[in-house]
Amino acid sequence: MNPEELLTTARSVVQQAKPGEQIEVACSHGTSTTVRAYEGDVESMTTAENHAIGIRVLADGREGFASAGTLTPDVIADMLAEARDNTRFSEADPHVGIAQPDGVEPVTIDLWRSAIGETTSQAKIDIALELEERVRSADDRITGVRVASYGDSAGAFALASTSGIEASTKATSCSVSVQALALDGDRTQTGYAYDGAREPSELDIDKVVNRAVGRTVDLLGAGKPKSATVDLVLDPQVAATVLGLIAGTLTGDRVLKGRSPFVDRVGETVATPLLSFVDDATDPNSLGADSHDGEGLACRRVSLVEDGVLQGFLHDSYTGRRSGSGSTGSALRGTRGLPSPGLQALAVAPGSGSLDDFVSGVELGLLVFNLAGLHSGVNAVSGDFSVGVEGRMIRDGRLAEPVGECTIASTLQRMLLDISAVGDDLVHLPSGVSTPSVVVGGVALSGAA
Amino acid sequence: MSHQDAKDSTTQDIITNVSATGASSRDAAMIVDPGLVEQTISAALGQGAEFAELFAEDVKRSSVHLDDGRIESLASARDRGVGIRVVSGESTGFAHTANLTEQGLLSAAKAAADAARTSGAPSSSRPTLEFAEADVASVGVRPGDIDKETKVGLLQRANETARSSGAAISQVSARYADNRRRILVANSDGVLTGDDQTRTMFSISCVASGDAGLQTGSESIGLSMGFELFDQYDVEELARRAAQRALTKLEARPAPSGTLPVVIGPGSGGVLFHEACGHGLEADLVKKGASAFAGKMGEQVASPLVTLIDDGTMSDEWGRYAIDDEGNPARRNVLIEDGVLVDYLWDGLRAKAEGRPSSGNGRRQSYRHLPMVRMTNTYLAGGQTDPADIIGSVDHGVYVARLGGGQVNTASGDFVFGMVEAYMIEDGKLGAPLREGQLIGNGPKVLQQIEAVGNDFEMGPPGTCGKDGQGVPVGDGVPTLKVQELTIGGMA
Repeated sequence: MNPEELLTTARSVVQQAKPGEQIEVACSHGTSTTVRAYEGDVESMTTAENHAIGIRVLADGREGFASAGTLTPDVIADMLAEARDNTRFSEADPHVGIAQPDGVEPVTIDLWRSAIGETTSQAKIDIALELEERVRSADDRITGVRVASYGDSAGAFALASTSGIEASTKATSCSVSVQALALDGDRTQTGYAYDGAREPSELDIDKVVNRAVGRTVDLLGAGKPKSATVDLVLDPQVAATVLGLIAGTLTGDRVLKGRSPFVDRVGETVATPLLSFVDDATDPNSLGADSHDGEGLACRRVSLVEDGVLQGFLHDSYTGRRSGSGSTGSALRGTRGLPSPGLQALAVAPGSGSLDDFVSGVELGLLVFNLAGLHSGVNAVSGDFSVGVEGRMIRDGRLAEPVGECTIASTLQRMLLDISAVGDDLVHLPSGVSTPSVVVGGVALSGAA
Repeated sequence: MSHQDAKDSTTQDIITNVSATGASSRDAAMIVDPGLVEQTISAALGQGAEFAELFAEDVKRSSVHLDDGRIESLASARDRGVGIRVVSGESTGFAHTANLTEQGLLSAAKAAADAARTSGAPSSSRPTLEFAEADVASVGVRPGDIDKETKVGLLQRANETARSSGAAISQVSARYADNRRRILVANSDGVLTGDDQTRTMFSISCVASGDAGLQTGSESIGLSMGFELFDQYDVEELARRAAQRALTKLEARPAPSGTLPVVIGPGSGGVLFHEACGHGLEADLVKKGASAFAGKMGEQVASPLVTLIDDGTMSDEWGRYAIDDEGNPARRNVLIEDGVLVDYLWDGLRAKAEGRPSSGNGRRQSYRHLPMVRMTNTYLAGGQTDPADIIGSVDHGVYVARLGGGQVNTASGDFVFGMVEAYMIEDGKLGAPLREGQLIGNGPKVLQQIEAVGNDFEMGPPGTCGKDGQGVPVGDGVPTLKVQELTIGGMA
């Protein structure tokens, strides 16, 4: 279905609003293909078509929600009735409601590439097979590939509401990922790499092969390091994970509900002066770019930290109203979930220096390859941060022995202040985050006694 | 591969306004008309594939969310669809659709056959499906028969109790969710069966505010049953425990950094085995050389104190089901017996290649996903030792009363898990509470270093296990146990 058809469906539900009722309807339709290659053959190929609808009803400040994985009229009617019924049991809040148009003009960004639809199944299969073959044969020390995959999707989304908002988009994306294996005595080392783009020709297969293979063989012989205080050197991919975690906590709901260590700190220095970052989905170079947020408001550039000083938080229409600062166009949502504020396209301002410069400038450090347990080792409320890590030690400015079975620990608050360098090697990552390499000083590495 | 407490579940789960029909596998198997099921499988076999399967699913979910002192929203969700799998040689083709008409199913069957790249003469065989009854769990009180007011009331009571547990409790969120999932599985081997699964859960999370910042404490319960869950569990008691956990941590000091003896408390410690070896015993990873336990069948892979079981039949437990998502009955599978590796976990595809039966562990997140090998309820069998003696045997170490989620790299065997409630042990006695931190160990090494197993077995809180992007409900459990040493990822 195209965006206009989805908008017609959404509109037809919105038009059933009773007096005093607010209704917001999101509809989506998408097709996707996934190919997994293993040992020179197609392990599996999945073709999928998904429809979804999410219906939000508000009456007297009370919210109800219902969703379904189909757009058939009888189910839509059931879900509207169910969302209405759900409003009767939630409790009123004067700030709850759908977004109101705020006059900000959306940027025009073309997220659709016809190439996805024009690529044959065989061509998609060939990408996965070639990736697997290239990783397998790149280095004698690679003993296997757990999985090499290619995936793509093409989808449309539409949103309509009783406040007059109507927004629709269509977008394509594709990605490749691979995990290489290398036998290493009684242990097997792994290296994972991926890339994402809007169309297959923009995928950088060379980079994926080199990273998966390089990361795997560079871990051969990894042992448990001695506990120490080290400087962490993070390349753009790893920096994106860590900074994305931290920036992702700067949301209106966390702040208003007292779940953030950054409550009441706007205008204060929370990070090194070397650090500035914004959330900017209007940047067409970002793979997180979009014209509208999940409530149909225009995306905009939101400054979060400038020269180390906290500038503000990400808001959706609810937290924007409740805080008095207005929505920042930062509502995230799946079609089947309620919106909440979050990061769309984090962009860290580049500084100076490259990853190589950073390695050579560190006396005792760790070049991080992989992080483990981000969901169980990071507490966004207290800020406690403790995660498993693999990588190469840095000694006197040179890469030294590989290490594993160890952790790094700090707090989110401290890490922002402990960043000692921000590089100039900015990369736009598939996750939508754009960041250069960074160095975080004085982190506790826990390993052997 | 990761595992997390239900409180962190990313799925927008559950609501159910299920009509109060009895739970029967025959009713569930009627999601799609049997004649149409046969016709679709024939079409999927198409150009000479070896195997074709139709998986149909009908799910209703309901949830209630309380935050910031207010019932924020109730959500209902409905999902119904069919996934069609075709196996030809080493390749699997898969397609799914929410269009359950003849046209929708036949079109999906063709897409799956095309994706499997079958080639050859069109198959004229039509499978003869024979219905097999499954041991569907009975449900005491259907969540759909319970007023929404009653569900809302649970959360309000829990909120009030948590807030009155201490002046420092500054924020509370709580969630109730239920779901009813009916499935039909039919395949070209003649299988036709169904299951009707109901799950109900409650979780609460508290924030305590002190001079040294904010701390959190949570508690959750979830079982494969209906609203009778709340006859067994008192939400106010769960609320008090969550609040106390947050309050205790206000006084906590940073966790130590380095390697120490660790005693794991009963229940939530099951996540250790889920990560340390559970994933590594999944046959798909084993067969790809992506498991540290590959090639070790019959070997002493753990301390003789370790007997590890995965049991999908465990009554009422979160990971329980009658049949897996390939139509095979759930089973109790002993994986490690007295330290010796005796079996892996199997799905249908891998088992068939080995010429052995499936262990009933082929699961999928939904009809939109291919099945793969997954755990159910994984637990360490109880031992003989008094837990007080286990703690008493440690001069200087850490006691982890409650674990959060974890993650494992099955190939290297390294795994991490978070400690969300922990204390120092000094001279055999529990000491100061510790802030959160992660523990890291290597599965094969840690299994050999289990030095004591207590006699106080418990199942832990409900979990969601993630693997290759699919989440499924799992349970796990342990008695108190002692590991000779683990690396503690603290800062002190």
